[in-house]
Amino acid sequence: MNLLGKLDWNAIPLHEPIIMGATAFMVVVVLVVLGFVTAKGAWPYLWREWLTSVDHKRIGAMYCILALVMMLRGFSDAIMIRAQQALAAGGAQGYLPPEHFNQIFSAHGTIMILFMAMPFVVGLMNFAVPLQLGVRDVAFPTLNSVSFWLTASGALLVNISLAVGEFSKAGWWGYPPLSELQYSPGVGVDYYLWSLQISGIGTLLAGINFVTTILKLRAPGMSYMRMPVFCWTALAANLLIVAAFPVLTATLAMLALDRYLGFHFFTLEGQGNQMLYSNLFWVWGHPEVYILILPAFGVFSEVMATFSGKPLFGYRSMVAATMTICVLSFLVWLHHFFTMGASANVNGFFGVMSMIIALPTGAKIFNWLFTMYGGRVRFSVPVLWSIGFMVTFVIGGMTGVLMAVPPADFQLHNSVFLVAHFHNVAIGGVVFGVMAGYNYWFPKAFGFKLDERWGRASFWCWLVGFYVAFMPLYVLGLMGMTRRMQHYDDRSWQPWLIAAALGTAIILVGVVCQIVQLVVSIRRREELRDETGDPWNGRTLEWATTSPPPAWNFAFQPKVVGLDAFWSSKGRALEARNDPAPTRAYEPIEMPKNSATGFVTAFFAVVIGFALIWHIWWLAGVGMFGAFLTLLAFSFRRHNEIEVPAEEIARFARVHQAGAAA
Amino acid sequence: MNIAIAIDQIPQDALPSASEAGPVPTRIVVAYGFWIFLLSDIVMFAALFASYAVLVRSTAGGPTGAQLFSQKTVAIETACLLFSSYSSGLMSLAVNSRRYLRAYVGALVTLALGAIFLSLEIREFLSMIAIGAAPQKSAFLSAFFTLVGCHGLHVALGLIWLIVMMVQVAVFGFAARVQRRLLCFSLFWHALDIVWVGVFTVVYLMGVSS
Repeated sequence: MNLLGKLDWNAIPLHEPIIMGATAFMVVVVLVVLGFVTAKGAWPYLWREWLTSVDHKRIGAMYCILALVMMLRGFSDAIMIRAQQALAAGGAQGYLPPEHFNQIFSAHGTIMILFMAMPFVVGLMNFAVPLQLGVRDVAFPTLNSVSFWLTASGALLVNISLAVGEFSKAGWWGYPPLSELQYSPGVGVDYYLWSLQISGIGTLLAGINFVTTILKLRAPGMSYMRMPVFCWTALAANLLIVAAFPVLTATLAMLALDRYLGFHFFTLEGQGNQMLYSNLFWVWGHPEVYILILPAFGVFSEVMATFSGKPLFGYRSMVAATMTICVLSFLVWLHHFFTMGASANVNGFFGVMSMIIALPTGAKIFNWLFTMYGGRVRFSVPVLWSIGFMVTFVIGGMTGVLMAVPPADFQLHNSVFLVAHFHNVAIGGVVFGVMAGYNYWFPKAFGFKLDERWGRASFWCWLVGFYVAFMPLYVLGLMGMTRRMQHYDDRSWQPWLIAAALGTAIILVGVVCQIVQLVVSIRRREELRDETGDPWNGRTLEWATTSPPPAWNFAFQPKVVGLDAFWSSKGRALEARNDPAPTRAYEPIEMPKNSATGFVTAFFAVVIGFALIWHIWWLAGVGMFGAFLTLLAFSFRRHNEIEVPAEEIARFARVHQAGAAA
Repeated sequence: MNIAIAIDQIPQDALPSASEAGPVPTRIVVAYGFWIFLLSDIVMFAALFASYAVLVRSTAGGPTGAQLFSQKTVAIETACLLFSSYSSGLMSLAVNSRRYLRAYVGALVTLALGAIFLSLEIREFLSMIAIGAAPQKSAFLSAFFTLVGCHGLHVALGLIWLIVMMVQVAVFGFAARVQRRLLCFSLFWHALDIVWVGVFTVVYLMGVSS
């Protein structure tokens, strides 16, 4: 028996210069970061304040950092895809062989959906939801850390696949029978399976955590109809996570059983059923789309109200639209495969449902427009992203409604028209949304604003680059170009694909601007510092505390009396400014204690995943035993809380007020 | 006394609506979170049930459920699991009234019944594999082993959990967090019963009738 399973030196693709170059670059970056941390002697600080932190704000920030890093990875894949298709016309084969090209588009989709967009929205929810609800942490702080680190484990496995072995060549959804052992005998699909399983469990746990937090831990007075819209959208998204992710877990487990133990769920032999996989996958996959977009809608709602200086127009209709989308998102999955061969009645039903789900979204667009109407709009960077979203998302939504017509879909299915559509809503909706949120909450998280000039430059490059990159794909789709082509014969497509590649280059400039924006802002942080805790004249409770907030968020638990809790309290403070301020004694606060459980469990999760991918059974056993012992050790811990003494809270408040006065 | 009148007599401003009352006690937060987890677990089973329903006739020339299932074994399994829920309930009562001996006895009976259930299920699986009705035989058998096996895996994990909880009772006594965990365990154990009722009906009863 081989102790290392299928793993040997051949697993490292030494003969592939592109892969080896990327691997070398990745290794160098990791070594530089590790070396920098070591040289600064920052390990104890990192371990104490970040890696073992159970503070929702720190975890939220780490989710967003993970998302930004994975965005660079996913975007590199995008550049390679567009460059390949711009070159490989007629007899030309471009620079990527088919098996590499297939890995790249599979990795691009997997990373962008599950390791970029997901961590980003979960990170923003982690950061903002407890603050907006006026509470000190989420319901289960240690579980929150476990969630994050499991997501990071999945991302790590995807990155390991670059250097050791290969990634899936079966697309980001891994349709069988292509993803079955018979047609994908390598480890690529296994990397895909286990990275998704591990991060999926993390996401499910995060969903449970947030549903409980939002439904059970709101500040006194924060009734449902006083919650900020971002909290509503977070509630809807997390309900969807709880209801949809278990289906993904079950589906991928079935595919894993097929591949590992010779089961026949989706195989061609044994009367397996391939379309069962497609149905199950999209029963998760379509709600997943709304898991990503609903929190983005929430960000736009916060940004629009804040920067227009007005209450959000149609708050109740916004809540109703959010919850309607939440329910309807489970009734449209079949539109991903109208060509399956279901009866006209079935296709008709799902077509109509797909059109209906556009209605609440349309209502939201009008609400945002009416929020701006008559307001004094400040065109700050988050607002630019929001307006860019409204224009772009309407176009993407309408092409979606086009494809919701089953006969039209038979023409457009699997064409690059579809690719253009879902990038139109994913970039125009989700990416613009998380970018608005990133610029909006950054000062709250780190105590200084992001540079406006570079932020604007980044926005305009992204917006223009998006249109140049994806509008040609609509045309190409109508010309009959199918997706995922490593090369093509029809030379009339090439000019459009060159335009698309140029668009990607413009987006690249936007990404560079974002990096520059971050670096410039860190260097100019003293000028950009936010002393007030309320840099945007905000309306919701996260702006009522300092920037960055202390670990305990609020020295006194806020009491909420209406919608836009912070805004109304500002009004009351003005009225009461002649009265002597009521003096209240600070009281000690119980806070959850740091825990290495998340980090250590995730370490073992990586071990389990890697061992299963390479069939190293003993190592998988060791990993499972290690994870079990870690959780056991946590369950036997005697003290889960520490008390922050009243003097420390008083000292923090004094320093903060001195800062505000200066 | 009429409850409506009693509520009427409380001054309205003294009683905020439930959704404005502020954070709830930890015990409720934990139990509520665990309910949400159980819902997600049941959704996972729903996916497995759906797959089973789709694949139940895909026997690929192999044996059908009617040829394989022994109603007697299943009846004993069901009895074991339902009675273990009863003993688990007795254990919860003992935990609430802080009686150690009764709690240990309740846990022990639950463990024993759970272990009998598991061993019967494993014996059923092994006997099916011995006559060639292995999960590799057909899509139907793949779905059967996965659905029933997933439930069995849950029972096995529940047994390990219960053992850990008994050690915690011995170490920490009926501390608040031990009580909360035991509450979650009993929710989990009853949920497995509910899933088993589905398995019993969809797999075994409908399987032999067709």
